[in-house]
Amino acid sequence: MAVGKSITRTEGRDKVTGKAKYIDDYTCPDMWYGKTLRSEIAHGRIISINFSDSFDWSQVVVVDYKDIPVKNLVALIFDDQPLLAESVVKHVGEPIILIAAPSKELAERAIKNIEITYEAFPAALSIEESLSVKAKIFGDDNIFKHYTITRGSVADAFQSAEIVVEGSYFVGHQEQLYIETNGVIATTKKDGSIIIQGSMQCPYYIHRAIKEIFGLSDEQVVVIQTVTGGGFGGKEDFPSVVAGHAALLSRKCGHPVKIVYERGEDFAASTKRHPALIKHRTGLTRDGQLLATEVDITFDGGAYCTLSPVVLSRGVIHAIGPYKCPNVKINGSVVATNTPPNGAFRGFGVPQACFAGEMHMEKIAKTLGISSVELRRKNMLREGDITSTGQKLLYSVGTQEVLDTVIERSDYLSRVEEYKNPSDNKCRGIGLSFFYHGGGFTGSGEEKIKGKAAVELDTHGQVKILTASTEIGQGTKTIFRQIVAEELGISLDSVIFGDTDTSKVPDSGPTVASRTCMVVGKVIQMAAANLKNEIKKLVAQKVNCDISQVEIANGQISCPDVEKLSFTQTAIECVKEHGEIKTMAQYSSPPGIKWDEINYTGDAYPVFSYGADVVEVEVDMDTYEVKITKVITASDIGKAINPAMAEGQIEGGMVQALGYGLCEEVVWRDGKILNNRFTNYIIPTALDIPEMETILVEKPYPYGPYGAKGLGELPMDGGAPALVAAIANATGAFITEIPATPERILAALEAK
Amino acid sequence: MSVQLNINNKDYVVEVAPMKRLLDVLREDIGLTGTKEGCGEGECGACSVFIDGSVVNSCLVPVCQTNGSKITTVEGLSNNELSKLQQAFIDCNAAQCGICIPGMLIAAQALLDLNPNPSRGEIREAIAGNLCRCTGYMKIVDAIEIAATANKG
Amino acid sequence: MNTVYSVKELNEAYKILSQESVKVIAGGTDLMVFYSSGLSLPKKILDIWQLNELRNINEEGDYLKIGSLCTYTQLINDERVKHFAPCLVSASKTIGAVQIQNRGTLGGNIVNGSPAGDSLPVLAAFDVKLEIGSLNGIRQVPFNSFYTGYRQTVLAENELLLGILLPKQKDREKSEFYKVGTRAAQAISKVVIAFRAIVNAEKKIEFIAIGLGSVAPTVIRATKTETLLNGAEITFDLIEQARVQLSQEIVPIDDIRSTEHYRRVVTGNLIAKFLRVF
Repeated sequence: MAVGKSITRTEGRDKVTGKAKYIDDYTCPDMWYGKTLRSEIAHGRIISINFSDSFDWSQVVVVDYKDIPVKNLVALIFDDQPLLAESVVKHVGEPIILIAAPSKELAERAIKNIEITYEAFPAALSIEESLSVKAKIFGDDNIFKHYTITRGSVADAFQSAEIVVEGSYFVGHQEQLYIETNGVIATTKKDGSIIIQGSMQCPYYIHRAIKEIFGLSDEQVVVIQTVTGGGFGGKEDFPSVVAGHAALLSRKCGHPVKIVYERGEDFAASTKRHPALIKHRTGLTRDGQLLATEVDITFDGGAYCTLSPVVLSRGVIHAIGPYKCPNVKINGSVVATNTPPNGAFRGFGVPQACFAGEMHMEKIAKTLGISSVELRRKNMLREGDITSTGQKLLYSVGTQEVLDTVIERSDYLSRVEEYKNPSDNKCRGIGLSFFYHGGGFTGSGEEKIKGKAAVELDTHGQVKILTASTEIGQGTKTIFRQIVAEELGISLDSVIFGDTDTSKVPDSGPTVASRTCMVVGKVIQMAAANLKNEIKKLVAQKVNCDISQVEIANGQISCPDVEKLSFTQTAIECVKEHGEIKTMAQYSSPPGIKWDEINYTGDAYPVFSYGADVVEVEVDMDTYEVKITKVITASDIGKAINPAMAEGQIEGGMVQALGYGLCEEVVWRDGKILNNRFTNYIIPTALDIPEMETILVEKPYPYGPYGAKGLGELPMDGGAPALVAAIANATGAFITEIPATPERILAALEAK
Repeated sequence: MSVQLNINNKDYVVEVAPMKRLLDVLREDIGLTGTKEGCGEGECGACSVFIDGSVVNSCLVPVCQTNGSKITTVEGLSNNELSKLQQAFIDCNAAQCGICIPGMLIAAQALLDLNPNPSRGEIREAIAGNLCRCTGYMKIVDAIEIAATANKG
Repeated sequence: MNTVYSVKELNEAYKILSQESVKVIAGGTDLMVFYSSGLSLPKKILDIWQLNELRNINEEGDYLKIGSLCTYTQLINDERVKHFAPCLVSASKTIGAVQIQNRGTLGGNIVNGSPAGDSLPVLAAFDVKLEIGSLNGIRQVPFNSFYTGYRQTVLAENELLLGILLPKQKDREKSEFYKVGTRAAQAISKVVIAFRAIVNAEKKIEFIAIGLGSVAPTVIRATKTETLLNGAEITFDLIEQARVQLSQEIVPIDDIRSTEHYRRVVTGNLIAKFLRVF
């Protein structure tokens, strides 16, 4: 059995010896270096660009928007974002001029010899300023997108509610902070075709972006992923910008051009998690039954649309959490501000919604004077229940299991009482969160993408996996090999992972949305099943038996009246006779899935994953510093293809979530980020995080590979509210804005 | 200036600008790209190397201060066979994206050199200068603990 | 291209300092950050890393003499520092992580003069003397008159900081170091405080010294609060008076790490915490 085992990472040896090559580790003799000159102001018109006479401009190549052959845009959802600013800039850090030079130092000096003067416009730097149209950024009202979910009649239900609880919650930006910054090398060939190598999640996003910018055909653009040092969504869409820039420079200077961002530049210019203002109004019976929920969500999209509508969509669908409520009204908008565009970040709208929703549940429990566990148990979704979009949950609903598990393991019910009466200046507290996360693309998204993947039997008798799903640390290479080995009944050594190169692999869809294992993994499994069938067919022909009599298991092929054959040997012979055998598969939705894009009703996701977190803290009442002392998580992920890697994902996601709740804050002044460095954007170190207990719950999803469903984003969702609930338990301070810094805790205590 | 270095038990003489960062000399002049840059300001530890037995951030050391020094990078932790520490990192699935791992291994080795039997708390302290965004540190701490146990056995 | 003078003898260093306008580099943990923050390094640099004579720690009567090139790791592991200046060990442990502690020097922390320099409140509370050398000889400067403003010191262009003379902590003396930072490790401080006190059996404060960082343009001594407390008996009321006095005496600001208000409140809380234990 290969599935369900904690086998070691496919590329593990390379990663512990320093042999793994990330983009900045590549070089070639005639390579030039690219640098970007960016807007210093949040909103305005470029009046002049002055190239200093004291610099010898013949040594470098300068690119501006006029060098763009076809379309000056970053192709994504709306065509509103230029690859290089023309006359107007809409955010600090917006790219204007590119330089390529034979050395980094020269490119930097060139940048310093360019001076841009602007006419400054008023800038809308917050959700409030956007809504009051302090500056016009998008359309007349600055609203990129609006969604409404309606179920039942909220107005009527509020009439009959015995209790109404209202709350308002705010979350700020969060930076992905992959430790490897964005980087690519672009090479333009004599025939005009372009090769992009780099750090990325989604090779086919870049493929499309480059095609549009240069007007090239599919075959003229090749995108190759190099070992990627973390993404977390930050390398979903943004690398298209870096690749577009490097390609423009390469085309003009005739050399391969490398752009690798410095940390400060990456931080200041790349996408972040959307800030959000979320208001809840909830009507209940006195004993805590949810009757009506009204949620108003506003996301700050930044200056350009990028993926914002999709992020909003997910936020809206997850707004009320894994609870059943017969009457629901959710209004969501994403608005434009003069700040760098926000984009994908693990969780994709859900961590924002989950923080607000779960803090609101805590508030309701407190208002009603009932246990927050009881409140959650009373209202939780169970198999057969219906979600806010009207989706009936037919299978794989691990709500009760995850909640019960963390409550028991943490002894939550006694601790929460014990901690209410602190004895000294160190207050202890315990907090809970309960959440879900839809796997794969929203609604008919997967149906539109129809992700493809293939497996190929090569001349060495090895099975090679061909997919555009990328390895970014989460374990794609390893778990896909496990799935294929399992399906074919062969050893892991016989399965290899092909290069992530658009000229060699089909478009499996992007590496996002917790879809790699659940969706593409299933496609891989299907492709492997097809291959198995092909091999069986050939063997049956050869030994002259019926295909149904051929079996493959444990690396051996057996059929009646013949001595067992080695899979590898047989495979080599098959390939020798018939050439390489490649089988493809394509995604198709589980039966019965229906989604109404207009009314936002129906099956929002093929399946949800469920999680519950308990966090314990100790708050120093002299300094208001929070020490996290215990973390317990339970995650229903259907099936752990590789339990150790699944745990690793959960632990890592949890730490990002705790950072989000505790200390990660982007500080702004006039649209400019003041803390764009590791020194002052604070992520947790090994000393900030306690030992964690990670529990895997497996409620199989019938249409996932071996029952697996989404995992990657789930652990990002519940950490912050559990932490902040623990702070409330410890101190009595109910924080409604994260991160819950000591400064905010002090303010909340003073406001009590 | 001309700088003599012994890197991973091999002697090198490089002609470089005196204030060039050791990190850049290793990566660009020597071609040892295992040592990574994460921040360039001594916060993330991805560029950790040993200089004369003590672990430092190579992004903060001008090469002129290392003339005649003995330097060990991630490439020097093993020859053909992986070190116990490296093997433990593989066995525990301690690496995810892997970019912090070279520095993490150096910091962990520095701990084990001084303290062959560290507690989990001491391990956390020893790697507090090495930021990892993927793992949540649990499996890294596990790996270092297991490597320490393996050393004893 | 930078010119770097790497010296092995103090006299060579003095000569260069008297002839050239140079920036001194020791462990480089502050200076080298210039690279990534987009600033260029100074044109001429004096590298004193090899001046091994500045790495000594010696007992001299009532004093501990600590060379300016001593790294934090050296301070953390030195038995004499542990015994006579435990606060300095505590402070050193909070600076960066092991990679920085192995390279960063006490002298660098002093001369760099950041108001958030973690060792500085300890030096202030201990009234250390700085030994400064040049071709003209050696002079001593009280630490508490070393800084003249934000990152401004009395160190002349031709001078080099050689080390500190730290009065040994007395047996009856209690000292504490508190750092309130942005996280548990690798943090820059929001408030950093060193307290020293001798309190007799009747709870009378015979002596107190309070050094503070990150709450003013330079490291400071809380002289008004010290005056309030010196000779007084520790009572609930006194603690409350000290809390108010100290939080008013400091001049913190809002910055990217924290707020003025938080710094005042926490500083007040920390003196209360220190006094509560007696």
